[in-house]
Parts: sequence; C-alpha cells; structure tokens
Amino acid sequence: MISDPATSLTSAVLAPAVDDDQLLHVSLGPQHPSTHGVFRMNVVLDGETVVRLKPVFGYLHRNHEKIAEGTSYLASMPYTDRLDYICPLSNNWAYARAVEKLAGIEVPERAEFIRVILAELTRLINHTAFAGFILGDMGAWGSALMYAFREREKILDLFEELTGARMMANFMRFGGCRNDLPDGWSAKVSKLVDEYGPFLDEMEKFLVGNEILLSRTLNVGSLPKEVLINGGITGPMLRAAGVPYDIRKVDPYGIYERFDFRIPLGATGDCYDRIMIRFLEMRESLKILHQALDQLPDGSFIHPKAKIRNFKPPLGEAYARIEGPKGELGFHLISDGSTRPYRYRIRPPSFINLTLIEDMCLGLDLADVVVILGSIDIVLGEVDR
Amino acid sequence: MEPSADIKRLPAPARWSIPGIGLLKGMVVTAQNMIQSYYRKERMTTVQYPEERAPISPNFRNFPFLCYDGEDPKAGLRCTACTICETECPPQCIYIVLERDANGKSLKRPKVFDIDVSVCMNCGICAEVCPFDSIYMDGEYELSKQDRFNGLLFHLDRLAKSADYHMKLRPKEAGEVAARRKVEVDKKRAVQAAKDAKAQTDKDMAKPEPTTKGEPA
Repeated sequence: MISDPATSLTSAVLAPAVDDDQLLHVSLGPQHPSTHGVFRMNVVLDGETVVRLKPVFGYLHRNHEKIAEGTSYLASMPYTDRLDYICPLSNNWAYARAVEKLAGIEVPERAEFIRVILAELTRLINHTAFAGFILGDMGAWGSALMYAFREREKILDLFEELTGARMMANFMRFGGCRNDLPDGWSAKVSKLVDEYGPFLDEMEKFLVGNEILLSRTLNVGSLPKEVLINGGITGPMLRAAGVPYDIRKVDPYGIYERFDFRIPLGATGDCYDRIMIRFLEMRESLKILHQALDQLPDGSFIHPKAKIRNFKPPLGEAYARIEGPKGELGFHLISDGSTRPYRYRIRPPSFINLTLIEDMCLGLDLADVVVILGSIDIVLGEVDR
Repeated sequence: MEPSADIKRLPAPARWSIPGIGLLKGMVVTAQNMIQSYYRKERMTTVQYPEERAPISPNFRNFPFLCYDGEDPKAGLRCTACTICETECPPQCIYIVLERDANGKSLKRPKVFDIDVSVCMNCGICAEVCPFDSIYMDGEYELSKQDRFNGLLFHLDRLAKSADYHMKLRPKEAGEVAARRKVEVDKKRAVQAAKDAKAQTDKDMAKPEPTTKGEPA
C-alpha cells in the first residue's frame, strides 16, 4: 500500500563512518538486567552510536503451541497464564473467547461483567508495573518500582481472593468464569478504584517534569505512523503515535460497547508519549471499572450447559482477539472435532511490537536502546512462548 | 480528520525554566512517602514474614490433597481411582494405580496415588473435574525439601487428609460438599432399603412356589 521507501519497513543498515573492523560488537543480554528477562540484542556500535541491532529470541521457548495441540482445550487454560505473566487474566479471556467463538457458546451477562472488571484491573497492573520498570531501566532504581509494586500488590491480593492465585489465575472457563465473586469482593474493588486516582496523581507528580526523564525520553525512538502500521504494531505503542486503534472500539467484544470511555492518543510516539499514554489509559480503565461495578448484574457466572470434561467443539476455525494491555492479543484455533485442537496459534502483542526495535534504535546511543526496549513493554514469556 | 493528541507537552523554554525543579518535585513525593511510612497504615505495607504472616484467603490454592471421611485414611478415602484427574492434569503430574483383589476384580480404590509437586502447577483442574468430591486444593505452603526428587513426590499417605481438615480450610466449599454428599448417601440408602424390601417381598412371593411344585400332586 505504502510504497514510499522512506516509510516502508526497513532493516536498513546505516553506512558506518568507519571501517567495519573499527566497529564494536556488543552482546546485550541474555542475562542483562535491563532486557526484561532472557532477551539478547547483538548491537554493533560506532563509538556510542548504534549502527546495527539484531534481536535474538527464543531463550524462554516452552513449546506452548505444540503442547496445547496435544492436550484438551481446558488443559491449555493454565498455560495461557504463563504467556504474559504480568496480566494472566487478559490471556485467559482471549483464549476463552476463541474457544467460545469456535463452539458457539453464549456467555452470561454477569460473567461478561466479571471479565471486564478483571481485564481492566489487569490493565492497571500492567501499566503500573510498566511505569516502575521503565524508571528502573533509566536508573531510578528503587522508589518508582516500589511504589508501583505496592499498588500492584493490592490488586494481586484481590485476585488471590477471587481466583486462588496471585498471578497464575486459571480463572476463565468456556462460557463464563470458574467461580462467583466472594462476598464483599466488589466493594473492595470499588474502594481500590477510588484510591487509585490519587496514586496516579502521585506517580505523575513523581515523573512529569523530571528533567532526567525528559532528556532521556523526549524524541527518542519515534517512528512514522505508517511504519508502525505496516509493522503490525498495536496497543499503547501505536496509540502513542496518534493512531486511534483500540480493539475495544474498532471491533468491540464482550460488553465494551456499553461503557463510556475514550481512547487517549499521543502525538509523536516517542518514549515520553509511550509512558504518558499508559497513565491516560489507566484513568480510562478506572472509568470503565466504575461503570462496570455500578452496573454489575445478578445471575449466573457460567453458562449452565458449559462443559468442563470431554469438551468437543465442532469442526471449524476461529480467531478471537482482545485489546490486551500490551496490544492485540489473538488466539487462532482450528478444530477437527476431537477433544484436542488441531492447530493452536497465538498472536502475541509483545513479540510483534518487538520486531521494529532495530528501526527505532538506529542512529541513537546505546543508552537509548535500553529506554526504547523498556518503552515497548515486553514480557519474555509471551515473546518466546 | 486528524484526532488531537491528549498528552500535554510543555514547550522547551518553559520546561527548562528553573533547572532541577522537576527533580525536586519528584523528591518531595519520595520524602512524603518516607515520612508517611512511619505513621500511615496504608504506607506500611511490609509484612515481616517469618515472624508475621499475612492472612490467607479461603480461596487460596496450592497443591492437591485427597479427602477421606471418618477416622481411617485408607477405609474412608473418597477416591475411586477413576483416573479422570490423571488424564485431565495439564502437566501430567498424577500417577494412579487401581487396587485389585486376587481375582483381578477392581476394588474401586487406589493402590498407588502419587503427585509430583515439583511438576504440579497449582492450576486446580484436578479438583474441578473430580466427580467424587475427592481431590481438593490445599492451602499449605513452606514445603521446601532437601531432597528435590523423593521429597517432592507425595504418596497416598502424605496426600490423604480428613474431611474435617477440608472443613477448616474452606468452610463454605466443604459445607456445600458435605450437604450434597449427605443427600446422596440418604438417597442411596433409601434406594438400597427399597431394593432390600423388594428383594424380601420377591423372596416371600417366590418361596411358596417351589414347595407347591416340589410336592407330588
């Protein structure tokens, strides 16, 4: 579609100013603390300037897709928790939606509300943790991450009370959720939602205007919109560049159409915008949570005919996607009518957002690479699967 | 139409008007947090773990255990060795061998029931699929062992826990199960009683026949 060479996808190598033997080859990772897990970048430097960057994935490969093709549909649900382990409940939802689409299962209204509440709480967790991590990457080691994790802990406690586990929730089922909300749980969420706004104010006061943050993030790592769209980038990364693309709005799923919220947009898509867009998104999430908690209906939390054992969806194929905290998270399933999926494929946002890292980093300093990697917000469990 | 951006950016001169003011603002936040951590409850979040323990919610799940009724773990075990949990377990950490008598007839109880908790991923699917209310998730933690192979392979004697333990761990769930089981047992007893009564009447009815037939007319 876009044929202008300036905006087409590049793996261009900047012509180095010096001979090749003068360049410095640095292997960042896989045990480098700033690479968010076991991710490696082979960087070629001319002095401090990046002239080539080769990402190396696969250190955390766990063969998830093939394992899923060998077990029942339900048995893959706990494995989806381990994809993006910061936000397991969104992964659960995406997978449950794919199977529901495949088998044509209806979800009761109350279950839809529970799912929205959990997904938005997960978004809060992810973006809060992101703010902590990226400041850690920039050298603010300690305070920011500690404040972020203090708030995350409160949400994790709520998850533990509901699902039984802090992170590996395994909560969604085909046609609803595993159990109903415990007594007083939604009141606790309301209290947390009310207290979250002041925390965001505090965190923003902590960050916005900080000269070190500004000088490290402003105009770092931005790419033209067209390149981002061509590269398949989704989520806050894309919206920070000003593209109004959010699956909750463009392809509504669940009951998101009933809620009043807007999609915040950035202007340039540099690292500063990518940080700030997440704060704005958290405020929108709080709005959704307020509405969902107010309207939470009574009723069944799972479809009465939902099958747990010996579940066989009809022959067919389905792709379902949700707006995960990191971007479009999709599951593609092909059924051959047996208890096991014939093909099971994940479209992970972290992995696809990471593919443009070389284009973002070329010509910048080595220190910027760390900030850019942090601003992409990857989780290696999802990148390598 | 180009949508407008939501992120506010100060123009460069305003941003740098007083160098370091942004940093100082951030430090005020840090100082507030530090001072408040001495007197405000919501800032005092650390639990001094081995001495203090955070309460565990009743839904918390860790590793599975097997439930038995009554006093004797062997006789009261609810498990019938149907191996549904063994097949459904995602990481395949359960191993069951059915006990048989000398003639090879099933005794409907496990001879071997092992769970390798070094493989178990606490998903709780075994508890969910069990049709005999036998397997549940435990709330026990601090299970580290010196021996990582045999120490973490739980056998039947380690896994069996009484229904009272379950009641203490999760009163709501266990109460529902107990009520349901009571109804089922009563029903079974009623059916059995009806069957016995019917068998008795059949016997009574059938008895005179051979005697009348047996006698030469």
